[in-house]
Amino acid sequence: MAEGHSADNMTLTLKVWRQKNRNTEGRFVTYTLGGVSPDMSFLEMVDILNTQLIERNEEPIAFDHDCREGICGSCAMYINGRPHGPKQVTACQLHMRSFNDGDTITIEPWRAAAFPIIKDLSVDRSAFDRIVAAGGYISINTGNAQDANSTPVPKEAADEAFMAAACIGCGACVAACKNASAMLFVSAKISQLALLPQGQAERRIRAEKMVAQMDEEGFGACSNTGACSAECPKGISMTNIARMNREYYGAKLKSTNV
Amino acid sequence: MATSPKLDAKVPDGALETKWTKYRSTVPLVNPANKRNLEILVVGTGLAGASAASTLAELGYKVKAFCYQDSPRRAHSIAAQGGINAAKNYQNDGDSVYRLFYDTIKGGDYRAREGNVYRLAEVSGSIIDQCVAQGVPFAREYGGLLSNRSFGGTQVQRTFYAAGQTGQQLLLGAYSSLQRQISLGNVQMYTRHEMQDVVVVDGKCRGLIVRNLVTGELERHFGHAVLLCSGGYGNIFYLSTNALGSNVTAAWKAHKKGAFFSNPCYTQIHPTCIPVSGDHQSKLTLMSESLRNDGRIWVPKKQGDDRNANDIAEAERDYYLERRYPAFGNLVPRDIASRAAKERCDAGYGVGKSKMAVYLDYADAILRYGKGEANKNGLHNPSEAQIHDLGIAVVKEKYGNLFDMYQQITGENPYDVPMRIYPAVHYTMGGLWVDYNLMTNVPGLYALGEANFSDHGANRLGASALMQGLADGYFVIPYTIGSYLAGEIRNKALPTDHEAFVQAEKTARERIEKLIAIQGTQTVGSFHKRLGKIMWDKCGMARNAEGLNEAIQEIRALRDEFWTDVRVTGDADELNIELEKAGRVADFLELGELMCIDALNREESCGGHFREEHQTEEGEALRDDENFAYVAAWEHQGEKGWNLHKEELVFENIKIAQRSYK
Repeated sequence: MAEGHSADNMTLTLKVWRQKNRNTEGRFVTYTLGGVSPDMSFLEMVDILNTQLIERNEEPIAFDHDCREGICGSCAMYINGRPHGPKQVTACQLHMRSFNDGDTITIEPWRAAAFPIIKDLSVDRSAFDRIVAAGGYISINTGNAQDANSTPVPKEAADEAFMAAACIGCGACVAACKNASAMLFVSAKISQLALLPQGQAERRIRAEKMVAQMDEEGFGACSNTGACSAECPKGISMTNIARMNREYYGAKLKSTNV
Repeated sequence: MATSPKLDAKVPDGALETKWTKYRSTVPLVNPANKRNLEILVVGTGLAGASAASTLAELGYKVKAFCYQDSPRRAHSIAAQGGINAAKNYQNDGDSVYRLFYDTIKGGDYRAREGNVYRLAEVSGSIIDQCVAQGVPFAREYGGLLSNRSFGGTQVQRTFYAAGQTGQQLLLGAYSSLQRQISLGNVQMYTRHEMQDVVVVDGKCRGLIVRNLVTGELERHFGHAVLLCSGGYGNIFYLSTNALGSNVTAAWKAHKKGAFFSNPCYTQIHPTCIPVSGDHQSKLTLMSESLRNDGRIWVPKKQGDDRNANDIAEAERDYYLERRYPAFGNLVPRDIASRAAKERCDAGYGVGKSKMAVYLDYADAILRYGKGEANKNGLHNPSEAQIHDLGIAVVKEKYGNLFDMYQQITGENPYDVPMRIYPAVHYTMGGLWVDYNLMTNVPGLYALGEANFSDHGANRLGASALMQGLADGYFVIPYTIGSYLAGEIRNKALPTDHEAFVQAEKTARERIEKLIAIQGTQTVGSFHKRLGKIMWDKCGMARNAEGLNEAIQEIRALRDEFWTDVRVTGDADELNIELEKAGRVADFLELGELMCIDALNREESCGGHFREEHQTEEGEALRDDENFAYVAAWEHQGEKGWNLHKEELVFENIKIAQRSYK
């Protein structure tokens, strides 16, 4: 049910970034879309525009999306100058009741050198996978584990680790940051594993390796403005960045691994 | 009934309790030097695929993994909410491997294979150990030990969870193991790649044709073995809780190359999803079954009651699950809860604008938790408001993300008004036929997780999908694959210019070109929607012979229309989202026919398959064990349709009975 201010049948002006591929120059294209219901999700609104484009024999707008319930982290749209738009939820969970009839909405891809464009609103976020591959794990082969209850973990630590682990890897933090820094993403993983007893053995090397990979991918530095956390659809806290800095400096003082 | 000679399940002899341990110790081994020369291809990186790929790489095999998403971490296992079962008996409430086995067989309405299910229960505990060791932050009690909750169809607390994001945490654990193996060079990862076909040479599966979704290039990959971990086919209904990209293509292509497809009519309709809000709807969102731990489901006692939920007095509410099934109450299995909701709505008791919804109410739970907290905090004579606030805090901790999601989607606050829910397609128990080794009837071709048919019978219990996906990947396939690969050590990698690769690639290319060349007038999505409506209306929560026969005709006609009038924009050599969708919908248009044929053939009701002709006087599913205690395995015969093979289900350890939750 609508929150009240948005009409049941809205007409919107959509300025959408269109770019055929990485080697072609992109531009904004303006579309008018009528018949938008406040109960639609933002992506369903784009679906309808895409259907109309196909019917006009134009190419639909390419964008990443999959689960449409805010957990897979695929969707990545910069809406009216904010990653995922105005509501601190993923674009798939943003509903049109957050907009008004007659609004103009600007839709762009994530902008970051480390996230090169593939097509239209779709970007390449494989840098995140490479950062995790550099050390975002506990080295335990299948079959080596001891009984799950043999190591009690204080509830507070488990809860805090969970809150960091809730990151969906969408990249909104990078898109929100004026430096295109990936510190929130990287720190969430480093925090999760540093907080748990299972993560202690590789604690130092993990921080060093993940930070080194982050730098190599071309993400910017952190200047503590907090835009990343403010825009994060999962509310990942800035505390993680502080914890990561501590982990990193602690590791650097004691090792020359990386 | 005799089992078809084409279906050798290879379940080891001996007592149920010793089958797996004995077999595990006798299965042929491959020595480490040979493992390095054996290549395994894994399609899909959800729980089954990621766990299999990483574990096989740890063992020393050369692994390539493929996913259509931009990262392996985005596979749809990520969206599983409620939890994962394991027979740990940490709660000291009488759980055991046997009980988990028994609950799963009974929950599946006696249509699963005993040997496979017992093994699943046996390895369930190791999964939890493995995940905790990976750093999966499961919910814990204040003493630091793991917390459990209940799920449908069980009377013990054996479900491990991480808030309402258990699938996410388990998948990220498996993904981190996979990324580790990628960094070690043991797994080559191909993201944004979609399987187009399997390559079969002399009856054995020898590789894959995949499409690079960014460049459109078709690639050939050789493998000594191929593992399909590609999930289920629930998206055939158009609206389901699956991710939008979830599809049947990998399994279907394997089926057309000879792999038998089993029990396709067994689909799970999940009882607690957010109802459809309009024609624009692109997917349905699940509200975790865990909510039935504390929530109570009801409708008004009066038909067509338009009052607000909170204005309807206690005496005027019908808690129909508690009324009909006092022993299990709101925690009956999914198929039963779904049918009961449909029955009430069809009878005119539904709520909300569409009248196709029932209430899931947390008022009692908030009160109960609030009182408990007040006691704990030494608050004597707390006010109602205090109790309410304390109760809400507890519910928030347990289910907060689910309540937030509900509010985001519906615009209603579920802490104040009961949630409206309705059943939706969620999971498919059917899938590729596999033996005890998880191998299909095509040597070298395996199916794991939701993509196979083996463990859930006709209805899956909650929190068992995560268990099965990880059991298959971490603890079953690493052993059983040896029984095949030990015989392959002399076979060198086949060069990919082999005729079979050339031919398979050519067929894939021609199909893509054909889809683009049609240049018709209707969108892929419109065909998908129409197919979904046929399936939901005639092969959904209730089926009958007349409707199924109609559906078969309608699907055939729709398929013809698709291949003459679909419009796919763009080109083959670029990122083309319409082309991807078109290929998937084309496969659904074939599978739909087989699902209806299977549903028509199965003249009984069992689990998620409810034939209206076969029900008890009370409207419960009526099985026919004499004639239908078998796995239907369908062989694709090209234009001629399908040939049915039967694998008889033998119950040596469980007494088969009418399933009762009353």
